[in-house]
Amino acid sequence: MASAKSRYWIALILVVVCVPLFVKSNYVLSILIVIGLYAIIVQGLGLLMGYAGQVSFGQAAFYGLGAYTAAILATKCDWPPVLCVLVAPFLPALVALIIGRPILRLREHYLVLATLGFGILAFAAFNESIALTGGPSGLTGIPYLSIGPLVLDNDRSYYYVVWGVLGLVILAVANLTGSPIGRAFKAIHASEQAAQSAGIDTALLKLQAFVFSAFLAGLAGGLYAFWVTFVGPSPFGFTASIEFVLMAVVGGLGTLWGPVLGSAIIVGLAEFLRWGVPILLPKVGGEFEIVFFGIIFVLIMLLRPQGILAPGRPSGMSGVAVKEEKCSG
Amino acid sequence: MLRVNGLTKQFGGLTALCGVGFVAQPGQILALIGPNGAGKTTVFNLITGVLQADQGEILLANKRIDGLRTFEVAALGISRTFQHLELFTTLSVAENVMVGAWPRNRASFLRCLFRRPGMMKKDQELYNKALGLLAQVGLKGKADWPAKSLTFGQQRLLEIARALAGEPQVLLLDEPAAGLNHAESADLAAFLRSLAERGLTLILVEHDMDTVMGVADQIVVLNFGTVIAGGSPSEVQQDPEVIAAYLGKEDDEVC
Repeated sequence: MASAKSRYWIALILVVVCVPLFVKSNYVLSILIVIGLYAIIVQGLGLLMGYAGQVSFGQAAFYGLGAYTAAILATKCDWPPVLCVLVAPFLPALVALIIGRPILRLREHYLVLATLGFGILAFAAFNESIALTGGPSGLTGIPYLSIGPLVLDNDRSYYYVVWGVLGLVILAVANLTGSPIGRAFKAIHASEQAAQSAGIDTALLKLQAFVFSAFLAGLAGGLYAFWVTFVGPSPFGFTASIEFVLMAVVGGLGTLWGPVLGSAIIVGLAEFLRWGVPILLPKVGGEFEIVFFGIIFVLIMLLRPQGILAPGRPSGMSGVAVKEEKCSG
Repeated sequence: MLRVNGLTKQFGGLTALCGVGFVAQPGQILALIGPNGAGKTTVFNLITGVLQADQGEILLANKRIDGLRTFEVAALGISRTFQHLELFTTLSVAENVMVGAWPRNRASFLRCLFRRPGMMKKDQELYNKALGLLAQVGLKGKADWPAKSLTFGQQRLLEIARALAGEPQVLLLDEPAAGLNHAESADLAAFLRSLAERGLTLILVEHDMDTVMGVADQIVVLNFGTVIAGGSPSEVQQDPEVIAAYLGKEDDEVC
């Protein structure tokens, strides 16, 4: 059994390692990098939604906080890039720790609104703190990521960095979900009252999942900053937060590979619609992409609400709703 | 020993409990009885910190525990079962029990993230311990079944096994015999008796009078949120106020 499992992992690693050998286009490689970055964020969000049963519409803000922290440390403090990437996630994690206690006390729509409000607030801060973030024109002059003499200034090498980090993140999440903590999360999801009566500090566990999700978003942010070597506010807005939630749901909550698949589908679909819609409907503007996007998601939610990889009945978001009803009744 | 003194709880203008007090001794089974709405489950919710009392105190081994939160009360050694079953339906039977062992086997987020050596070995020991508890309630063969696949009566037993996994001093049972057939109730009574003999303090809320009279050492009768009688089963059965309020006419079969 163990050998079958390790064979499966080796096969996956081989596929990820070999992809750049066959993909010559930088365009495709850059899409794969974006998918990898988003998958890191969605791993954290998926844990928060699928296991802790909490929804956050503020992940783009943590992503941005990580990117700006890394960029500022590199350009204004001249820290070595690798150190910046490693340190950057701690700021969003700290922010999540501070805002998490009051926010996670909220339920259902209020939790959604609070995280959404935080996202909007952070987006405004990225735009307005001109001295620190450069405002709408952003921060330039971020160096490439370098490890010793090795400078990662091309998409091929950066693909390996991002997917390597994603691999470690998946390993960590697999550790967590397969551990007593993962079991405790499932217990909270099934019956918060019984979990508390079993001695579980449910508020603390939810806070830990929230902080972890912010840490992962910040990690992706730091990696993003050293890839594009420019950080402006636009990728960290409200729409990005919604897309992350969609990726988590579409891929399947409570699954290890759902976040990767969800990110690939949403990013792939966005790219496909960008060049596909003008071919089909030559005279319409870019807003029609959004319409197609919307239709596809309505269909997914109608036909497979639990996400693509999750088995059986819907868990996750709709599971949360069902549980809350029971509590208030 | 669990002591409750002058417990009062109001919901808006409604007084759910008024000056309720009793002492539950180790090795004894105390039954809380009373008509529907008498405040029995409210007593459990106050003891476990789900609700906070307006007045009164709750002492575990002479230490105040009122004001503590639910998970803290559980960690101090008070476990409970629920009237409306609250199993972890997405987990297996054994996993339910393993979660119940949390007060003595807390896991740390970071240690689990990095899967520290020895962690999974400890978890395997926990699984074996869960099997032992399941054997006591007759569910060992179903350890790896989904919890929701059990029959209603088995789910009640699983809740008890889960509560015992925390190695509590005090076990609160909210209508453990509800939905059980006659034979199952008798088995349950014998099992509760054996738990008390091990030195556990048991408090149960129960409607099934046969079970209560057969198993309880001490009975506290609640009516409209106040204690109207207390004592041994035979004393309570003869109390005219109890007969009037709860047990019904003198020729009722339970009397």
